[in-house]
Amino acid sequence: MAEVQAGTGDKGLLRFLTCGSVDDGKSTLIGHLLYDCNEVSEDGLSLLETQSKTVGRAGEALDYSLLVDGLLAEREQGITIDVAYRYFSTPRRKFIVADTPGHEQYTRNMATGASNSDVAVLLVDARKGLAIQTKRHSKIVSLMGIRHLVLAVNKMDLVDYDQQVFLDIERDYAEFAQKLGTSIIQAIPLSALAGDNISAPSPTMPWYDGPTLLSYLETVTIRDDPQNKAFRLPVQLVNRPNLNFRGFSGCLSAGNMAVGDKVRVGPSGELSAIASILTPDGEAECASSGDAVTVTLQDEVDISRGNVIAAADDPVPVSDQFAAHIIWMHQKPLLPGRQLQLRLGAQSVNASITELKYVINYEDNSHIAGKTLNFNETGYCNLALDQVVAFDTFENNSDMGGFILVDKLTNETVGAGMIAFGLRRADNVHWQAMDVDKQSRAAIKNQKPCILWFTGLSGSGKSTVANLLEKKLLARGSHTYLLDGDNVRHGLNHDLGFTDEDRVENIRRVSEVSKLMVDAGLIVMVSFISPFRSERRMARQMVETHEFIEVFVDTPLEICEARDVKGLYKKARAGEIKNFTGIDSPYEPPEEADIHLHAGDRSPEELAEEVFAVLEEQNIV
Amino acid sequence: MLPTPAKPRYMTQKPAYLRQLEAQSIMIFREVAAQFEKPVLMYSIGKDSAVLLHLAMKAFAPAKPPFALLHVDTGWKFHEMIAFRDNLMEKLGLDLIVHTNTAGQEAGITPFSHGSARYTDVMKTQALKEALSQHGFDVAIGGARRDEEASRAKERIFSFRTKNHRWDAKNQRPELWNLLNGRINPGESVRAFPMSNWTELDVWRYIQCEDIPLVPLYFAARRPVVERGGMVVMVDDERMALEPDETVEERMVRFRTLGCYPLTGAIESEATSVADIVEELSNSRLSERANRAIDHDEAGSMEKKKQEGYF
Repeated sequence: MAEVQAGTGDKGLLRFLTCGSVDDGKSTLIGHLLYDCNEVSEDGLSLLETQSKTVGRAGEALDYSLLVDGLLAEREQGITIDVAYRYFSTPRRKFIVADTPGHEQYTRNMATGASNSDVAVLLVDARKGLAIQTKRHSKIVSLMGIRHLVLAVNKMDLVDYDQQVFLDIERDYAEFAQKLGTSIIQAIPLSALAGDNISAPSPTMPWYDGPTLLSYLETVTIRDDPQNKAFRLPVQLVNRPNLNFRGFSGCLSAGNMAVGDKVRVGPSGELSAIASILTPDGEAECASSGDAVTVTLQDEVDISRGNVIAAADDPVPVSDQFAAHIIWMHQKPLLPGRQLQLRLGAQSVNASITELKYVINYEDNSHIAGKTLNFNETGYCNLALDQVVAFDTFENNSDMGGFILVDKLTNETVGAGMIAFGLRRADNVHWQAMDVDKQSRAAIKNQKPCILWFTGLSGSGKSTVANLLEKKLLARGSHTYLLDGDNVRHGLNHDLGFTDEDRVENIRRVSEVSKLMVDAGLIVMVSFISPFRSERRMARQMVETHEFIEVFVDTPLEICEARDVKGLYKKARAGEIKNFTGIDSPYEPPEEADIHLHAGDRSPEELAEEVFAVLEEQNIV
Repeated sequence: MLPTPAKPRYMTQKPAYLRQLEAQSIMIFREVAAQFEKPVLMYSIGKDSAVLLHLAMKAFAPAKPPFALLHVDTGWKFHEMIAFRDNLMEKLGLDLIVHTNTAGQEAGITPFSHGSARYTDVMKTQALKEALSQHGFDVAIGGARRDEEASRAKERIFSFRTKNHRWDAKNQRPELWNLLNGRINPGESVRAFPMSNWTELDVWRYIQCEDIPLVPLYFAARRPVVERGGMVVMVDDERMALEPDETVEERMVRFRTLGCYPLTGAIESEATSVADIVEELSNSRLSERANRAIDHDEAGSMEKKKQEGYF
């Protein structure tokens, strides 16, 4: 039992899984690794010697697989029926191995093992070459986002350590893997039984000059370090021992956070900043990816289990519809449309598969049409949730993009999914005719309904000013509503992007909604970039002339970009967001705005005051 | 331990892997608290329980753990264990439920009279099920580790139990990423194992880094022992009758695991500190449970006990 030393060279945990067809020698391989790393105790060893003779399947030699096949049924049948976790360490690293089953009916366990692994060791029998299970497991490994794969060509002793056999399999696999387009592959010829290239270089294969399996595992660096990403703290628990402490507990799933950092909470969008961080070692100034923390915020923010505290300049996306890969893990097939519980991070919501686009054929990686997903099948689907959740794509962050599906009656975990991307799609808007007219609705509110249309660049301060104005109006008893561009895009305009076509549609819908609200007798504030003159004109024409007041929030682009409250300009400049107004999509300033706010260097309060004054002047309030 | 003492980071020389294990355990504790109505922590006084409790204190700091502790007391634990337990609970201000199978006790079931298998079933397995049912706990948190024994290696972190507390090894819920499915129907329960991925050496290294107090029996001292059935057994009280050929002698011994004193073998050792033990373990090639009588009753014995409801 070697010890891992703290300090330099302390590479932490490496989790890997072994997979491949049944009888390819996975358990033997792990048994041999444990043996070579002195993890087998004396009493374990004497048990191994006895059992090798009675139930062993390695002839006179030690049957290392007996060290890992733990369940009675497995020993009797000589197979592995469940994921077994094994532990060993060298002075460089501590390892957790998931030994996963090769039989097809236990593929779900293989996916389970893969979900928590950094590296996959895929065994191939040198005599047989690539099998269906080899390809199936490769696909699962790839779907699970494992980027490092060892192609362990095992049983080289049974093909006389023939280099050509190894090279052929390596080539066949490279050809197959190209279609998957995923992993960094290291092929190693070995014999798990005889111990060639496990922990010591094999004298029988001098033609191979690559690493042994153990030295590869000790040194492989897992790229894609989550520390370099914006921080995400999925809240597991609200910690409230007394009225003076309200902490939010969870494990940082990406990035670094520090006291004072601005945060935006998903899905609510509320803003605050980190006030304190409690780590397992006490109060700290900062924490990084993987740390279990309890944070407090500077403001009273309504946060509950399932919410995500994220970096304010790179907030977490939210959606209630997704495109995702789903691996089905239950004997009863998936029925699209049936309601399931979806668990993503600490969020639990109801979900159903709205469309099964295709089923993956593992043998040639092709797509086939299907109406259901059967046990162990993988499909690409659209899902609809009954509420909005905070997420990341699986590729970006497996903690925030990997989910399980739970049967609501049996409570079994029946599927696992990986979010490809969020969809924006809204339900149909229903129309209901009313008998009472606009005048009577306005009269009872003692106000003149109108639309205050705020236009300007992203970050110009439209929403801030509109928000302040609404407070003022509310304070004097006016009945108001504020339509915010971002918020409407979360709901009504879910399905719209930022192409010119979609921007037009975006404004058309909002104009329609504003018109309905004016009809309801409200003072409506619309806070939309609305970059095109023609659409603003369209909006104006929908209501009576005196009911439309165009407010131009005129903040120079440089100032907007310098503020960059949502981090959008940075992304747009980096090319991560296309069609961004002011950057690669035009903004057409109003020629004759009803109120022109020269906003650059004036406070939002001042600007709101100016608008308020105009409303009073025009007897609107 | 309450609240977690603020230590400057440089003082905590925890290796990266221990910090990773610690974070995962804390994550599991928080899931238990969030997903269940009435959790209970199985506190057995030993080193794994000590670490388990230490992790629980950290997971919920500055609050106290939001659940009770349960000790299934067979009446045959080492006296030092009980003293340590009572002292610690008072210091931490935690609620401890002590449960004993009084029917078994009244029927005179002892490790000497009924053999380890029958005794364990009645005084531990049955007692535990009785306690869980009686209090209506829907999740019992244990310190079991996957490295302890072959069938434990396959156990889930949230391990489902039927209404009769049975474990179905072949039909376990898959656990992907950090997602733990704790949904159950009334009467069903879950055993949760926050330390699933720890090894014995991890536990000791962590005890060393965190300076966690332990029952003194883990450290070598001169103790009165007899050899019986290949085991070195400590004579902890007068209930242990000596065979004619047995003599009590003082030997320098310690215990690797702690259970009921007649069933727990001591090992010859000079290790008087945690550092000594880490050193000793690093060189040792005997498995942790080699000195526990109950694991050797028959092949696959732990798996069978677990199916029946043993922790």
